[in-house]
Amino acid sequence: MYRIVAKEKLCPVIDCFKFEAPAIARKAKAGQFVVIRVDEVGERIPLTLADWDVEEGTITLVAMKVGTTTYKLSCLEAGDGILDIIGPLGLPSEIEKFGTVICVGGGVGVAPIFPIARALKQAGNKVISIMGARSKDLLFWEERLGGVSDELIVTTDDGSYARKGVVTEPLKEVLERNREISRVIAIGPAIMMKFCSLTTKPFGVKTVVSLNSIMVDGTGMCGCCRVSVGGVTKFVCVDGPEFDGHEVDWDLLMSRQRMYLEEEKRSFELWKLRHCQCSS
Amino acid sequence: MEEKARAKIDLNRVPMPRQDPKVRRRNFNEVALGYTDEMALREASRCIQCPKRPCVAGCPVNVDIPDFIKAIRDGNMPEAVRILKSKNSLPGICGRVCPQETQCEAVCSLGKKGAPIAIGRLERYVADWERKQNPGFAKAVDLPPPTGKRVAVIGSGPAGLTCAADLAKMGHSVTIFEALHVAGGVLMYGIPEFRLPKEIVQAEIEYVKSLGVEIQLDSVMGKLATVDELLSSGYDAVFLGTGAGLPMFLNIPGENFNGIYSANEFLTRVNLMKAYLFPEYDTPVKIGKKVAVIGGGNVAMDAARCALRLGAEEVYIVYRRSRAEMPARREEVENAEEEGVIFKFLTNPKRFIGNEQGWVTAMECYEMELGEPDASGRRRPIVKEGSEFIMEVDIVIVALGTTPNPLIPSTTTGLEARKNGTVVADETTGKTTKERVWAGGDVVTGAATVISAMGAGKRAAASIDAYLRGA
Repeated sequence: MYRIVAKEKLCPVIDCFKFEAPAIARKAKAGQFVVIRVDEVGERIPLTLADWDVEEGTITLVAMKVGTTTYKLSCLEAGDGILDIIGPLGLPSEIEKFGTVICVGGGVGVAPIFPIARALKQAGNKVISIMGARSKDLLFWEERLGGVSDELIVTTDDGSYARKGVVTEPLKEVLERNREISRVIAIGPAIMMKFCSLTTKPFGVKTVVSLNSIMVDGTGMCGCCRVSVGGVTKFVCVDGPEFDGHEVDWDLLMSRQRMYLEEEKRSFELWKLRHCQCSS
Repeated sequence: MEEKARAKIDLNRVPMPRQDPKVRRRNFNEVALGYTDEMALREASRCIQCPKRPCVAGCPVNVDIPDFIKAIRDGNMPEAVRILKSKNSLPGICGRVCPQETQCEAVCSLGKKGAPIAIGRLERYVADWERKQNPGFAKAVDLPPPTGKRVAVIGSGPAGLTCAADLAKMGHSVTIFEALHVAGGVLMYGIPEFRLPKEIVQAEIEYVKSLGVEIQLDSVMGKLATVDELLSSGYDAVFLGTGAGLPMFLNIPGENFNGIYSANEFLTRVNLMKAYLFPEYDTPVKIGKKVAVIGGGNVAMDAARCALRLGAEEVYIVYRRSRAEMPARREEVENAEEEGVIFKFLTNPKRFIGNEQGWVTAMECYEMELGEPDASGRRRPIVKEGSEFIMEVDIVIVALGTTPNPLIPSTTTGLEARKNGTVVADETTGKTTKERVWAGGDVVTGAATVISAMGAGKRAAASIDAYLRGA
């Protein structure tokens, strides 16, 4: 059992959990993920590390409520626990002094971009961060990400806060005004990472994305997470999760992410029926 | 005289009662139902207790087979359990999944004249008898005083469990590190419930734990801690029983379409995650109407039979050689056929065809013919030029075999691995190229059988014990 030591509601559909997991915290590196299973009948799902604390022996995970597992998670409070956390998995982000880098976080992707931005900052880079959400009430960690960035640009799709628009617009502007950008790291929904990659391509700037494919074991055993990168099949769990965004076959990734839409809906409907009291 | 002696021997084995194929093809309950007391007694009485005892040498863990059979015949079941478990800590598993027909039963003296003794069925009978007597699993052996030595075993499959159990019986303190959320490795994620009930696997793991073995789940070694870190943090020796967990694909166009699974993924979803109970369990699996399983081994049979049980209308085994070359156990092939799995021999996929939503809809296949024998000794399949045809499918399961996970070799200094990912280890001792590190099972041999992995675990335990005692 992995105990929740703290829970914070970042917004109505996004929760932040601090779990007791000292062994994982000791080994965690920016860009890595864990696989969790909430209960005995639960699915195994991957979540990228949002933070960790070696002294405290904790790891931080941020999850948006989208289906059975994340809703189950959302019903838990500090003091409760989940059955399994496996990790740290995947290869860590490449962290070195590149010069000036742009970190883009979209939606819940702001959580995993935070430790990467922090590591890049600590490695001596100038970090320009761009974070975006659909609307103001879905924004979180503005201060946290701002705290490890030299410059922070915030967007909302509907203009309810800060700049109106999507992250690719300021991304393009920063690339246009600053020809010294050596790397872009983008994490968020597949469609956002795809368009970030398309935006940076004409500038010839290396663009790293963290792919969020469906996984079962997360250790290279099943091949469920396979993607095509530069025409070669890769496993996100062991070869990634980070890849060159200009080489990723985005349509394949998005098609594979939709593989179980029907079943996910059915599972969630059943769960809601049985747990209506906390599914609000 | 000779005539008379022969007349006394029953040359026909007692058949194993099984679920009717028409019924079992739609349920996940165990296919083979096990001997009754009367059947077991009758089968045990066929054993002539020959002085040569070839079956013992035919067993990779050298179970004293004639002795436990004699104990059954004498009605002394506790003694049968004691004899069996002194060599084999996982008899309920072995009695079900060992290929006895190529091992102990293949060399049985009775086999020369008639049917060999059904050793596997009797082994299963003894293990099941004990489980019924002691649901709480009382200790079957007395443990020696602790030696104070600590061994880390990586992987809780057949090799790791056997090595750990033997080391514990020798008085060493053993911790098993398992990457998944349950112990058992391939016994849990790979072999289906209808062939090996998970309750039996867990009961035998409880027995290993009762010997004092500690099992740490959710521990991906190489990530959570490296072998070098284990060796420098108080473990005197490490045994690698990490298996062969990486799936092989065909590497042909269209293989990433939705609806195409590795057998590992399909079986893991069904067995480990219990997708056959979806939506009571959260993990889904696609059922499909027309399912093609590519490959001719035991894993292919397991996948095909699972697909059938999930409710697929037609399930095909697509195999590039002919029936004679299939590596699967004959019993499993027969079971699959009885249940309605359709075999397409001398057929090999060329590419997969999908629709606009990215789902597989068909595969283009070649007809094959057999040429001269290849390195495996089997006749090489050759493509018949111009023989391409389209086979409509909505689910494909690729069961071509597996290779070891590179995670441990790539994070361990001085541990030599071959190009195919297998770890280099001495065949008789399991010693690797790294000091204080042993390995055995599929991680050394590539995908093989449960019992050969157990044999390797056992030999490594003996070698580790000798090392720990300074021999």
